[in-house]
Amino acid sequence: MSTEPISAKTLAELREIAARYPEPRSGLLPMLHLVQSAQGRITPEGIEACAAILEISAAEVSGVATFYTMYKRHGVGDYHVGVCTNTLCAVMGGDAIFERLKEHLEIGNDEVAVQRQGDSRTVSLEHIECNAACDFAPVMMVNWEFMDNQTPDSAVQVVEALRAGHEVSSTRGPRLCTWREAERVLAGFPDGRVDEGPSAGPASLAGLEIARERGWSAPEPPSAPAVSAATDGGER
Amino acid sequence: MTELTPVLTDIWDAEQSWKLATYAARGGYSALDTAFAMSPDAVIAAVKDSGLRGRGGAGFPTGMKWSFIPQDNPKPKYLVVNADESEPGTCKDIPLMMGNPHVLVEGVILSSYAIRANKAFIYIRGEVVHVIRRVQAAVAEAYAAGHLGQDIHGSGYDLDIVVHAGAGAYICGEETALLEGLEGRRGQPRLRPPFPAVAGLYASPTVINNVESIASVPAIVKNGAAWFGSMGTEKSKGHGIFSLSGHVERPGQYEAPLGITLRELLDLAGGVRAGHQLKFWTPGGSSTPLLTAEHLDVPLDFEGVGAAGSMLGTRALQIFDETVCVVRAVLRWTEFYKHESCGKCTPCREGTWWLVQALTRLENGQGTEADLDQLLDQCDNILGRSFCALGDGATSPVSSSIQHFRDEYLAHLSHGGCPFDPAKSTAWAGQEVSA
Repeated sequence: MSTEPISAKTLAELREIAARYPEPRSGLLPMLHLVQSAQGRITPEGIEACAAILEISAAEVSGVATFYTMYKRHGVGDYHVGVCTNTLCAVMGGDAIFERLKEHLEIGNDEVAVQRQGDSRTVSLEHIECNAACDFAPVMMVNWEFMDNQTPDSAVQVVEALRAGHEVSSTRGPRLCTWREAERVLAGFPDGRVDEGPSAGPASLAGLEIARERGWSAPEPPSAPAVSAATDGGER
Repeated sequence: MTELTPVLTDIWDAEQSWKLATYAARGGYSALDTAFAMSPDAVIAAVKDSGLRGRGGAGFPTGMKWSFIPQDNPKPKYLVVNADESEPGTCKDIPLMMGNPHVLVEGVILSSYAIRANKAFIYIRGEVVHVIRRVQAAVAEAYAAGHLGQDIHGSGYDLDIVVHAGAGAYICGEETALLEGLEGRRGQPRLRPPFPAVAGLYASPTVINNVESIASVPAIVKNGAAWFGSMGTEKSKGHGIFSLSGHVERPGQYEAPLGITLRELLDLAGGVRAGHQLKFWTPGGSSTPLLTAEHLDVPLDFEGVGAAGSMLGTRALQIFDETVCVVRAVLRWTEFYKHESCGKCTPCREGTWWLVQALTRLENGQGTEADLDQLLDQCDNILGRSFCALGDGATSPVSSSIQHFRDEYLAHLSHGGCPFDPAKSTAWAGQEVSA
């Protein structure tokens, strides 16, 4: 895979991340996210750049980069598709979705599908652990955005739309950006999509809707500020 | 009938609920001036009096944790929010940060003021980009409005918040592993003592609290400890978000007083999916021992679930009906623990690997009944023998499933494999037009 060298702008941004923290090394996780954004994966050059800025050894940076599963030493697609196969999602259909996508894309776990003639974008596939969306099971993630309540058919439709270059939105989030663009947000550089998508998905609102229907709410707060009233002493 | 008590979730159905203007229109950030008129110790006392206990699973009293910070220590103090929500089944902090990030930011300011920290970190798991966007934007809006930075509201108090993205590691939900991650290292737990309150981030006094714990603080400061304590049970006070998932008609988030029962929650949620019965459930994620239909009336508070032989954990109620093979479920969780074991401690690193071997054999109908005793023996050799609780959690589904469903394990042996059809458990089972 061809990888462009790390630019002066990226180096400056790596230094900027380190400067957010009382001790620069704290910036290493977001710095590695930025390396992925700039270079499409964790490269030896990226490891050296982080090491030089943080004044630690390349081996120490490598040790960190190999510990966390979001760091990829091989390329992923423009759209990295994760299917939750932890117990609850697996039972609800995640296993079937993952099997169908492997078959459809003709790849195994953590591989990139071949870019067919006419495909404008690439996709890669991985089975993932619980992504904290169990009330929307079975859950799929694309570039770490939620694609809730999937079926094998809907999952195939999503990957085909992505390969064709169509605009696809998260079911309770923004229009999907590329994996490299998402990695830049994780490095702490917002992309302006924060106001896209709803406040909450339908399942998130299940309890609140029942409370509204039945007129339930938390107890009324006391009229006077309770904390100062308590320390008042008052009339005894 | 226990009524739902939306507090943290109350704003989630508002238009653009994540914006500062929406939050402020509902009284958001008004607790700051209340707190700044009090001494930091008085804020700690209010949180102590409220009875708030940690919402990340362990249930340690939040105010007491804050009071452990040695104020005579000359080093800077830090607040770190654990937003690494990764325990299987747990899905409350993610929608909370997505829909109401400002209540977290306001809680961080109040809590940092109480422990006298001038720097706070929100460590969010990396796999939730949109949630990270919302929290990043909330922090930026709070700075612009003068709720963060120098001399907040003219109080003389300064605070900076850094939003930090993790990179995929369940273990970083463990507080000392999280600190390692935040220091730019491999996420491996530290031996305690020293506890983080004494030597945490950068070996300085550090409080680490769950998102929902910190988000509960603004209402306590605003409405008082007695208001908070009017919800919940004697030793488990206040409101908490209960997350129903799996084979239930209406999965989702239900914010209720602690002590509500699964029977009540299932009533609200329309019951177990139509035509099926409850088989087993987790009260607080996969690390809490499985319960069954016998336990529908257990009060979901720290004491009640403990007395039933499990743990309240994160109130992650994963509901499984009679179509689900418990061996398959437990094997999958065990594979998760094996994958997520950081490798530091031998009993957990090796033990989870052996558990997977034994369970795989059983799920495939191989092995013998003696394997069940060997599994329990392996659990004995893992439980309590490592730095952190990951290995302990790994044993919970194994030992509790053998306790409640020994016959089902044996059925795999007599059947020569798994007697269940996984297609019957899916969300679309019975809805296919053709196979």
